[in-house]
Amino acid sequence: MKDKIFGIVAQLMIDNIDTDQIIPTEFLKSIKKFGFGDFLFDGWRYLYEGDLDTPIEQRGIRDEFVLNQKPFNRAKILLTGDNFGCGSSREHAVWALRDFGIEAVLATSFGDIFYNNCFKNNVLAIKLNAEEIAKISSFVSKEPFELNISLENKQIEFGDQKVLFDVEDSLIVRVIHNLDDVDITLKEAQTIKDFEAKHLISKPWL
Amino acid sequence: MLIKHCPLREMNKTLYDKIWDIHAINPENDGETLLYIDRHFLHEVTSPQAFEGIEKKGLNPWRLESNVATPDHNVSTQRGKNMDIDKAEHSLSKIQLVELDKNCKKFRVKQHDINSDKQGIVHVIGPEQGLTLPGMTIVCGDSHTSTHGAFACLAMGIGTSEVEHVLATQCLRAKKLANMRINIIGQPKYWITPKDVILHIISKIGTAGGNGHAIEFSGDYIKNLSMEGRMTICNMSIEAGAKVGLVAYDQITESYIRERIDNNDPKMIAALKEWVHLISDTQACFNKEIDVDISNLVPQVSWGTSPEMTINFNDSIPKTAKTQKAIEYMGLANEKNLLNLVFDKVFVGSCTNSRIEDLRATAAAIKGRQKADNILEVLVVPGSRAVQAQAEKEGLDKIFIQAGFSWRDPGCSMCLGMNEDKLSPFERCASTSNRNFEGRQGHLGRTHLVSPYVAGLIAVHGHLPEDIKEYIYER
Repeated sequence: MKDKIFGIVAQLMIDNIDTDQIIPTEFLKSIKKFGFGDFLFDGWRYLYEGDLDTPIEQRGIRDEFVLNQKPFNRAKILLTGDNFGCGSSREHAVWALRDFGIEAVLATSFGDIFYNNCFKNNVLAIKLNAEEIAKISSFVSKEPFELNISLENKQIEFGDQKVLFDVEDSLIVRVIHNLDDVDITLKEAQTIKDFEAKHLISKPWL
Repeated sequence: MLIKHCPLREMNKTLYDKIWDIHAINPENDGETLLYIDRHFLHEVTSPQAFEGIEKKGLNPWRLESNVATPDHNVSTQRGKNMDIDKAEHSLSKIQLVELDKNCKKFRVKQHDINSDKQGIVHVIGPEQGLTLPGMTIVCGDSHTSTHGAFACLAMGIGTSEVEHVLATQCLRAKKLANMRINIIGQPKYWITPKDVILHIISKIGTAGGNGHAIEFSGDYIKNLSMEGRMTICNMSIEAGAKVGLVAYDQITESYIRERIDNNDPKMIAALKEWVHLISDTQACFNKEIDVDISNLVPQVSWGTSPEMTINFNDSIPKTAKTQKAIEYMGLANEKNLLNLVFDKVFVGSCTNSRIEDLRATAAAIKGRQKADNILEVLVVPGSRAVQAQAEKEGLDKIFIQAGFSWRDPGCSMCLGMNEDKLSPFERCASTSNRNFEGRQGHLGRTHLVSPYVAGLIAVHGHLPEDIKEYIYER
């Protein structure tokens, strides 16, 4: 059970970061669900183009990129701009964030498909208003750059301040208890079968 | 934009509400509903982990016949008609092609394989083969699944975990979206294409303008538009943030479908009777509504690194603190507008613009002219084997080849640069695809989204012709 997320916050205050930036297409050639952490924000992190087989030491590090800097190279929380994760449906974007060590993303809004993908992988996507993002940003711009997120209370704590956030219970419970959607749904297999039988009779062309 | 609160209702439903209600297995519980899925398309990139998932759980596809697979994302477009997968150029691409083949055989999923005459981009072959039928719920591990909404379907892109979930349970755990309607008014000039229209809409409402909404496209323009055009519009609703785009069922939908079904089959006769109800009720409430007048629209060209960064072909590039990053990436710091830009490559293809009408538009723009000297390569990639065959029947392939273009085999190609069709760093490309994100068509590549007609003009002029408006009236 996971009831809190506590860690370093990396800030990437750019709007409309698309999933092609989070993980470029080249790395979608993997048929695995893990091992994408090194390629998170690949185009912004490295100087030279690479693929799944290129040794990282040959890629050249862009020192100016936040996730290449200490202590943000071990960030657990990402604070970012509007519409994070827009574009392609690639779940690899969430796998890359997760594999890097990101457990929560805070933004004013998210791409709809990305938002769903987060909760399938125990990554918490939190929508806040612009004022709250600014408040948190100003706080974590100073050492020790950390936040404490309580999942059960749906609350972010920083210094003596608190911000409440709203996530559907059905989603956050997945992150807290690491639940698998297929297992949950198959408990309702009979309901689906009954529905399907009627549906296919009423629409025989399907 | 008009913004309204819409109460829950039994009467006066939108098209999206109607399809949702027919497929909702249980009432909403904490925002989540089990939604029954009629059609599931699969391709080689987002399916391997999903097949592995059901295999580990010891499951089989819940309803086998709802699934159809085809390789499209990373296939070579120079493979010829009898390709040996073992000779795929990039070993990593080969793994995914082999894996799809293996999984489809293992789980008995129907696949139009790499050498099938039914292979093509998944969003092109679905409609073309009558696999996409009105009123269906359709999903695929690809955000451009919204394309199928042109057939009055509830169609959306999903992630790989959801692909696994649909394989295993035939359902999605989904939250109902809000309703948005975009009324497109007016008739544009001859060579203003649906691509110009949707790019213009995205530039108006922004790339997050449709977040959390299903967008129904309506108005005079849509009522008179072909199915191919409607597909282009719905395809790019995701670029406006909406994972679902739809168009109401009408005579044009019916004619397209009738060419692809057995019209004497009693099941289909019943279906045709039912599909006429796939329209929004006249009193239906939309949470957001916007009118867009396109009577005076001119060709649209994207200048930046998000589809919303689109302007009229002759407008000034907006230069502000917010656009600086994109301007630098696109190499536009010294440019006032897009008219003097020298292009390096042209790409005609993708699930947005690779259908027969699109290829006809590009061919019409060429008018016997040759590829400009500064253009290194013009790729013309049909969306499917069927589109390829039709284009060859009409002699379009010869027009392209005579102009010095490269006529290819179907696939996603340079839309996302997953195969060998890519931009080199700093190359500037006029592309009929859907995304101009950084690196989308190749590391440090620069993409300008355009219509297939404008792509043809750029291919033969080497740049955006200043007198483009005159070409628009050419027939």
